Amino acid sequence: MAEVRAEDFGSEEQAKAVEDLTTSEYKWGWETEIEQDTFPKGLNEDVVRGISRKKNEPEWMLEWRLKAYRHWLTMEEPKWPKVKYPEIDYQAYSYYSAPKEKPELESLDEVDPELLKTFEKLGIPLEEQKKLAGVAVDAVFDSVSVTTTFKETLAEKGIIFCSISEALQEHPELVKKYIGSVVPYTDNYFATLNSAVFSDGSFVYIPKGVRCPMELSTYFRINAMDTGQFERTLIIADEGSYVSYLEGCTAPMRDTNQLHAAVVELVTLDNAEIKYSTVQNWYPGDSEGKGGIYNFVTKRGACRGVNSKISWTQVETGSAVTWKYPGCILQGDNSVGEFYSVAVTNNHQQADTGTKMIHIGKNTKSTIISKGISAGRSDNSYRGLVKIGKKADNSRNFSQCDSMLMGSNCGAHTFPYIEVDNESAMVEHEATTSKVGEDQIFYLNQRGISTEDAVNMIVNGFCKEVFNELPMEFAVEAQKLLAISLEGSVG
Amino acid sequence: MISIKDLHATIDGKEILRGINLEVKAGEVHAIMGPNGSGKSTLANVLAGHEAFEVTKGEVFFEGEDLLEQSPDERAREGLFLAFQYPIEIPGVTNATFLKAAINEIRKHHGQDEISPKEFLDLMKEKAKKVGMDDSLISRSVNAGFSGGEKKRNEIFQLLMLNPKLALLDETDSGLDIDALKVVSNGVNTYRSEKNASIVVTHYQRLLEYIVPDYVHVLYKGRIIKSGGKELALQLEEKGYDWIKEEQVETV
Repeated sequence: MAEVRAEDFGSEEQAKAVEDLTTSEYKWGWETEIEQDTFPKGLNEDVVRGISRKKNEPEWMLEWRLKAYRHWLTMEEPKWPKVKYPEIDYQAYSYYSAPKEKPELESLDEVDPELLKTFEKLGIPLEEQKKLAGVAVDAVFDSVSVTTTFKETLAEKGIIFCSISEALQEHPELVKKYIGSVVPYTDNYFATLNSAVFSDGSFVYIPKGVRCPMELSTYFRINAMDTGQFERTLIIADEGSYVSYLEGCTAPMRDTNQLHAAVVELVTLDNAEIKYSTVQNWYPGDSEGKGGIYNFVTKRGACRGVNSKISWTQVETGSAVTWKYPGCILQGDNSVGEFYSVAVTNNHQQADTGTKMIHIGKNTKSTIISKGISAGRSDNSYRGLVKIGKKADNSRNFSQCDSMLMGSNCGAHTFPYIEVDNESAMVEHEATTSKVGEDQIFYLNQRGISTEDAVNMIVNGFCKEVFNELPMEFAVEAQKLLAISLEGSVG
Repeated sequence: MISIKDLHATIDGKEILRGINLEVKAGEVHAIMGPNGSGKSTLANVLAGHEAFEVTKGEVFFEGEDLLEQSPDERAREGLFLAFQYPIEIPGVTNATFLKAAINEIRKHHGQDEISPKEFLDLMKEKAKKVGMDDSLISRSVNAGFSGGEKKRNEIFQLLMLNPKLALLDETDSGLDIDALKVVSNGVNTYRSEKNASIVVTHYQRLLEYIVPDYVHVLYKGRIIKSGGKELALQLEEKGYDWIKEEQVETV
């Protein structure tokens, strides 16, 4: 366990920089005025039944939700993450909010124009003629999916890409087979809560031998006030298939904290591959630490089949509190798990994030590249578990955790956990902590580059290994986001 | 080009430069020599604007402008270049990205358009050849994993790419074998013109065999105690610094 406080470094210039940071703005903070159908605040069995009824779910789904809810009541919120936040009053949130008049849209013409405008403003045009080339989008607004683009094109290949509510109507057997099979409803406090009250999310099924011809993407937008967002995403890649999936998210600026507890489950069968990329940009709260999203997310993939692969890439710039460990269960022999992460914290943000790589099958391989950047008064922790099971002969893991500090009031922490039960396994862990070096800045200055640009350049260089894993358009967006998140951070 | 008058500078309250006077005109090469700890590198870093040093007295005019008023990046854009004694590594940022940004900043400052990719590529190829730099170093991260010699070569490569008005070479010869020294010196010599000037900081006379200076100055305890032509360097090589130090004591 390594811990570094930035006080050891610090300089006046950077202290000033930290002050300047507070001026950088969250540019997605506006709110959409739209009539919403929102449940009264509070959580009880009737709410769970109510959500299930709204969605016209099969009986087994309701039963599963209720089991989760009853189990949740017996659980306690985890206290081990290195994050601090006031106690959450789960009765103070509403658990369902949807734009009125939504269901059964025949075409986009029936979508509320306010919603279309909202997504367009976010750079996610949904209209037929403006759709993003090569990317199919499922747009989720508060608790429901607004629309999914390119559905027909995908259907021709047998690919199912729709909201999970729709999947429950159209493909209940697939949902029933896989939901909760990677993250069981008893898994952890937030995942269990999600299992009880999840409202929507995306569902993807790639049939045998199909390589998905375009990027699939879900864009999540929290709009309603005091509403929790609990989406559930399920992606299944059948034998020999491949899909690349992107997730993006934003929320309006509000003084109160909003709760986001999502679950993502991925399953790859023999020789299949899922590449899952996230650019997380929830509202992080203001410079004083007021408001912002509590982001408690459970993401896990199961490499069930031989030679299958799951790769998580995440760029985390938002949220007041982040608690998230996308992991891989490497069951199939020769399966591969990867985790590439850039986590940026600024102002009063707190992030406790990392991954879990569970090696079960033989010759399984995992790679972890984590880059943490802390600025302002933030705290950034990497927490990762590498577990090599008894039967995982010749398994390998390589972990690299690098932290970068900006200013003198932030912290970077690394908590690697390694459990090895097989002698033939090889586990490597490397960790570094650096400060955006004054020497580096001076060197770039001396070549005519301003301090602001120098810092961006250094930070982007630091994150390059992760950005290289992102699909092109996302990599560009991620770089821009990073620049905005750290605007004015030095000099 | 540059006019330094009674320059005093401290680091952590300790005075390192104690009244430097130096005039450098376009077309000239000045060598600053001196024993370890005499303030040679400090002078180069103070001129480049390193924050660690505080200028306590004196003035510096660069192309008629008050240099000490300018930030390090402004000085660079105005045409002052420091070849670092210990070049810094910037992991993940390629030499090409870095140099393109630098060139465009300088161009922007002078109201010029950005360099075109083709022009930039051609320029890189041409200049890399001049310093015998392998193409692979261009696409590698700035100085990351470079050997000492490769780093120095990269400094001179940057000098040629940016083509500044004034080059400060800080111990560019240290850590170079004779072949590398020749290559690096050749690089500097191709840079030399009637329009620019160089200040070469070095401990050894060796470098000056290849980069022949117009003037040699001896720096001792933060002051220039002797100036002369290139023959002064030879005297120093032969007799060491002690005789000047003694001379200095006598005159005091």
